[in-house]
Amino acid sequence: MTPKDHYLNHTSGFASWAFTLDHKRIGVMYLVATLGSFLLGGLAALAVRTELISRGPTIMDADTYNKMFTLHGAVMVFLFIIPSIPAALGNFVLPLMLGAKDVAFPRLNLMSFWLWVIGALFCIGAVISGGVDTGWTFYTPYSTTTNTNVIATTLGVFILGFSSIFTGLNFIVTIHKLRPLGMTWFKMPLFLWSLYGTALIQVLATPVLGITLLLLIAERALGIGIFDPALGGDPVLFQHFFWFYSHPAVYIMILPAMGIISEVISIHSRKHIFGYRFIALSSIAIAAFGFLVWGHHMFVSGQSGMANAIFSALTFSVAIPSAIKVFNWLATLYKGNIHLTTAMIYALMFIITFGIGGLTGLHLGALAVDVHLHDTYFVVAHFHYVMFGGTVIALLAGLHHWWPKMFGVMIDERLGRIAAFFIFVGFNTTFFTQFVMGSHGMPRRYYDYLPQFTVYHRISTIGSYVMAAGFFLIAYYLLRSLFRGQAAPMNPYGGNSLEWHTASPPPFDNFTTTPKAEDPYDYDRLVPDEVNGGYRSLTYEGVGTR
Amino acid sequence: MLSSFIGTGPGFWLPRQGSTTAAGVDYLFNAVTAISIFFFVLITVVLLYFVWKYRARPGHEAKASAVHNQKLEITWTVIPLMIVVWIFWEGFTGFLNLQMPPENAYEVQVLGQKWKWLFTYPNGVVDDNLHVPPDEPIRLVMTSQDVIHSLYVPDFRIKRDAVPGRYEREWFQAEEPGEYQIFCAEYCGTSHSAMLSKVIVHRSRAEFEKWLADAGNFLDKLPPEKLWEGGQKLYNQRGCKQCHSVDGVAGIGPTFKGIWGHKQALKDGSQATVDENYVRESILNPQAKIVAGFEPVMPTYQGRLKDKEITAIIAYLKTLE
Repeated sequence: MTPKDHYLNHTSGFASWAFTLDHKRIGVMYLVATLGSFLLGGLAALAVRTELISRGPTIMDADTYNKMFTLHGAVMVFLFIIPSIPAALGNFVLPLMLGAKDVAFPRLNLMSFWLWVIGALFCIGAVISGGVDTGWTFYTPYSTTTNTNVIATTLGVFILGFSSIFTGLNFIVTIHKLRPLGMTWFKMPLFLWSLYGTALIQVLATPVLGITLLLLIAERALGIGIFDPALGGDPVLFQHFFWFYSHPAVYIMILPAMGIISEVISIHSRKHIFGYRFIALSSIAIAAFGFLVWGHHMFVSGQSGMANAIFSALTFSVAIPSAIKVFNWLATLYKGNIHLTTAMIYALMFIITFGIGGLTGLHLGALAVDVHLHDTYFVVAHFHYVMFGGTVIALLAGLHHWWPKMFGVMIDERLGRIAAFFIFVGFNTTFFTQFVMGSHGMPRRYYDYLPQFTVYHRISTIGSYVMAAGFFLIAYYLLRSLFRGQAAPMNPYGGNSLEWHTASPPPFDNFTTTPKAEDPYDYDRLVPDEVNGGYRSLTYEGVGTR
Repeated sequence: MLSSFIGTGPGFWLPRQGSTTAAGVDYLFNAVTAISIFFFVLITVVLLYFVWKYRARPGHEAKASAVHNQKLEITWTVIPLMIVVWIFWEGFTGFLNLQMPPENAYEVQVLGQKWKWLFTYPNGVVDDNLHVPPDEPIRLVMTSQDVIHSLYVPDFRIKRDAVPGRYEREWFQAEEPGEYQIFCAEYCGTSHSAMLSKVIVHRSRAEFEKWLADAGNFLDKLPPEKLWEGGQKLYNQRGCKQCHSVDGVAGIGPTFKGIWGHKQALKDGSQATVDENYVRESILNPQAKIVAGFEPVMPTYQGRLKDKEITAIIAYLKTLE
């Protein structure tokens, strides 16, 4: 079943990977790199939660704690969550979904990966040589006056920004130029729409982050006085610059996640996606509105009341396309044939946890309520429900969904479901508690807390351990499947987007002939493959090697 | 239990209500929570029902149904839109109430610094806690001396950043006498979580006035041998500390350690002995004698420190050997 010659064994040796131009290998390298970062960021999170299990010093002092939550935030945001779905899964899947042999600029793609590595080395170097304690947001004047390694870290993030821009640029050109015959814009798989929306933000917003961080470095090194009030600058200006990128960046994180959910829900319920155009256009709407809401991070920062009102109104506009997606996913399930695979369980879990993340955004968008909740654990819980309950859960859905395609092996579904249970219980225990303590006034980024918050912190920490257990179980069965996994058929779940019509794992050049694309969500012409397992298509017979 | 979960009163969500504006904020919080719970339950129930009803099982197949429906799409676009417009409007008008202090508000100056709050009252009294009379609007005019801080009183539902180089305003009217927690809500470094103060709401205007008068004359109550403690308090609160250390390390100004009786070399080449008159002159007319190696940057304290207070500071300097 597994083809003799595929992209994993086509060539071998370190250089064949390090200098590969194959989007699939670059995707796999990105996957290893981002999951490694997730491990690092996750360990930092466990250290933070363990410190907070009881009042007073527990396992570290205040300065170490401040460096630890900065490490957690910076690694998770810049090294893991921004590149994870687009650069790892996106790189692997996007050309395959297009029936193409590679992305438009394979060399740029490789350069993007190595820039990521260099940027990561800067960041990790900064940590090893003493750490940085500004929080991942680098607010001035704290960041211009602290004596920790701000410059090395921000240079690292600056370089990571270019890595992100290159990926985005590559995807935009690839989607415009390499779509196969028959794949009009409204016949693209929805994952591609979401990657397209993501790429637009990466290309348009990331340069602003680059400029901002260069200004911050100049401020620190040369004292030019853009942000320092003592020199006539304005510290709130930094916040505007920073969030002009970092709010759209939230959509860099969540849009591709939504794309994965559209794929997984449709395929695993054997049902054509409902409301295709609305889901597709809502991705673009989210990308566009996402640029106009950054001011909601500054409702209590001394921004004018008028600006607050405008940003609050625009913030609510993002709720609508998100709600449209959720309702369309639910409608897709109607009259389907729902297979509760691990991938599908994560996709359904996404609707619930992301739903909570989205709904609590309503509390924070409402100006009067935000004043109370701003900078408390309520906000921490909200963005973890979006970033973890949304993006990470979707990444897990996508990883399980495409794992057989990427590595040609099936995963252990039984262990998969057990781990999903641990993740669901652990995650909600950790973060739902934080909504409650935040509403009671527990501020974020606190090394110590008052006695009335003890019970919440303790429950939250226990939840984080349950979640960690789930992740170690996932790591175990994923790694084990690589060596002992049952060989995967070409199309194990019966998907109809093009990546399911070539071998698992795909051959070096993806397809034998360029396929003519049909509706990616029409499953009528798929029949069970009695010989090889999984499904075979009556339409695409022979476009891929078997 | 359920009513406390969806938040009809203090309990599962939100702390007690200590200010006149808290109830309005809580009303909106509870309304949004109720809307959220409604949609969450709706989505979850539909999801679980579909997952159960259309579960894959032998003999069960997906059945064709419409793949789009314009009316349905418009319905689930317009209904959430109307709801969020309402939430926006309530949030906006509620925010205006939080923004606009009544005209006759009593004003207190707030200075944030690493890692304490200083509250200055109209008569010049400075205190670490915010003392206020009950049932009167209080206006805070806030700034920061170093990095950004944020003054947060959960029981009052108010929060505002204190930003260096500008003034921010925040107001409240406390309802019940008692103590209320103040947090710093904007990360500011090592002791961010220890930057705690209290709002102390006195039982009456008269009690507050009495506290204020006593605080202004606190030196009068100290026995002469304890006068230096009053000087130490003034040193910490009136801005001496920011430039003059007591550990021997020169800051923006000379250290106070061992300064008493010391012969200072001055910028103009002459010398001066640190005695009562030298200290008094340096406080009231700081540019008169500049110590060699330092810039003439100290502001005058003329009219800001009383003679008795200067005497107390002198007593404190004598203890710093």
